[in-house]
Amino acid sequence: MLQEYMILSIILFCIGVVGLISRRNIIVIYMSIELLLNAVNLSLVAISADMADASAQVMSIIIIAIAASEAALFMSLFVVLFKKKSSLDANIFDMLGSKR
Amino acid sequence: MSDSLILNILLLSPLLSATLIFLLNISISGVKQYIYTSLALAGSGISALLALYLSYFSYFENQVFTSHLFTWLSIEDFIVEVALKADALSSFMILFIAPVSFLIHVYASGYMNKDKSYGRFFAYFNLFIFFMFLLVLADNPIIMFIGWEGVGLTSYALIGFYFEDIKNTYAGNKAFIANRVGDFGFLSALMLLFLEIGSGGMSFDAILSNIGQIEAPMLSLIAFLLFVGAMGKSAQIPLFVWLPDAMAGPTPVSALIHAATMVTAGVYMVARFAPLYNLTFDVSLFIAYIGAFSALFAAIVATRQFDIKKILAYSTMSQLGFMFMALGVGAYSTALFHMFTHAFFKALLFMGAGAIIVAFHHKQDIRELRGIKESMPALFVMILIATLTISAIPPLSAFFSKDAIMSALYASGHAPLFLMAFTASLLTVFYMFRLVFVVFYSNTKQVGEANSKSMLYPMTVLTIFSIFAGLLNMPEIFGGNLNMSNWLDIADKKFIVTHFDELMLMSINTLAIIGVIFYTYKRYAYTNTIDKESEHTLVANKFYIDEIYSAVVVKPLYALSILFDKHISNNLIDNTIHNLALYYEKLGLLFSGFENGNVRNYALYMLVGAVSGFIYLYVLLRAAL
Repeated sequence: MLQEYMILSIILFCIGVVGLISRRNIIVIYMSIELLLNAVNLSLVAISADMADASAQVMSIIIIAIAASEAALFMSLFVVLFKKKSSLDANIFDMLGSKR
Repeated sequence: MSDSLILNILLLSPLLSATLIFLLNISISGVKQYIYTSLALAGSGISALLALYLSYFSYFENQVFTSHLFTWLSIEDFIVEVALKADALSSFMILFIAPVSFLIHVYASGYMNKDKSYGRFFAYFNLFIFFMFLLVLADNPIIMFIGWEGVGLTSYALIGFYFEDIKNTYAGNKAFIANRVGDFGFLSALMLLFLEIGSGGMSFDAILSNIGQIEAPMLSLIAFLLFVGAMGKSAQIPLFVWLPDAMAGPTPVSALIHAATMVTAGVYMVARFAPLYNLTFDVSLFIAYIGAFSALFAAIVATRQFDIKKILAYSTMSQLGFMFMALGVGAYSTALFHMFTHAFFKALLFMGAGAIIVAFHHKQDIRELRGIKESMPALFVMILIATLTISAIPPLSAFFSKDAIMSALYASGHAPLFLMAFTASLLTVFYMFRLVFVVFYSNTKQVGEANSKSMLYPMTVLTIFSIFAGLLNMPEIFGGNLNMSNWLDIADKKFIVTHFDELMLMSINTLAIIGVIFYTYKRYAYTNTIDKESEHTLVANKFYIDEIYSAVVVKPLYALSILFDKHISNNLIDNTIHNLALYYEKLGLLFSGFENGNVRNYALYMLVGAVSGFIYLYVLLRAAL
């Protein structure tokens, strides 16, 4: 049973990674990040159930709680970014790089 | 006053006054001229007085003055002391250098009157005598070399004194570069000496007492290299080309540096190393022949020069040739004696030339300076006396010195040397009287400005010196006892000439000289022979030596420099470095493309990193299983 869960987790993770790299909308990128997080959560819960040890499930519940507060943070970040450039295209926000 | 204090003051007072003049000159504009004059005269006057004091005690009481200033370098057994020592030879040198310097300072204060660079001139002038004193008072050749370079430097600065005219700067450069060739010889000789006997100490005494340990070929090489240095400084063939051009400087400079003092540094150096040259006969003979050729060559060239200062410049070179002949056959004190008398009459001649030049508004061509006898009678008498002196008419001073050289050459048994010297001395008479007869004896008349007293008084003093300086070293034949040679106590070779031979030599010489004077009188006085002489003959163009040097040495060197500049420096070295820099820049551009600030790309790099990490782990684990 564990193997199927792990495969599902890997599939979710891959979808997240591809979304993270290929999408330009910041909100979609955020969604992909959540997907990555939840793929990991899923694998944690599956392994925890398989080993009959509840501590990993506790950990994943805490992660979900933190992710919720993270979502609130991200929403306010989106607003700030949109106010600055009136766009949510990730390619526009490249101030970190060395401009030539 | 203690001995060392006297030496220190003697050496440092010109330096002090040079520094003060320099500071005044750069910091305050419009300083009164008399302030510079009094500073400069104080500096050189104090040293002149002390020099007389010093040589008095050296002459009468054989006292040796020493002063140890400080230790410059101390590296294991290589110790360089900054020490001064005035033995007989050094005292003798400063006996004429310091007073002549002082007199020329007085003269220069008249000559340079109202010059806009008055202060700069005296700063250089005083600096020059400081270095000259350092040269002759040094206790070891390394300190001597500092003085040697210093006089070269100030000579360069003073030749190019009127640097607004680029020709003067070129003349200065020429002097400096020709001297560098000589300095290279001197420096190499010093290094060889250090390698061979440096452990015994580098003072003159130590070197000269240790030269016996050096093998003969090496000793000859050292002697030769030292003489190369003397060649450069004392304007001998082949390094003489700078001296005629050095006349571009103000005339007091020519009188002091290029006639009386600096150019004699080579003679002094050879005399200083007399024990060394006594061991190397072939090098000594070489010196004698170089001196003979220089004397003859310069005398020939001088007969067809028209610039009054150029004639005197070649004459200086010719007289230095006489000194080197005497040095070469081992008559060191005779050479020094001629140097002593030469300092007076040649300085006098230059000062006379300078006085004429000032009076006639910087005309230097003897063809344009005809018939000036009536307007400047005092000058005429003094120049005539100096000319008679250089011609070695008895009983003027150069008669004794030149005659001593002649009899030494005669006794040495080198007939070619003697004949060359004899010809050169007759030619000397010819070109000097050519100058006098052309300038003073003419049907035309010219009136110039009167000379200032500060120019005439020092000349009067020098006239007296050039008449009587010969008394210092009277030969036995006239009841003298060679006081100077005894004082100097150099390792002279003794030449025995019978009194009959010596008298014969003197009378033949004197008769020939008088004959030449009459011939010159017939040829040049009250005639226009001088105007018929062409400026374009082989002799007037000094045998095209400058052109030959230019074609043989300067041009190839220049071409080589261009080659190196263009191909080696530009193409090879610069381009290599530029290309390296360019490639680094391109490489940098490549990598800076990765860092573009786009977060998604960063995520991709992380992914790539993670995936390759996994692949690596997979491979590793598979191998382990």
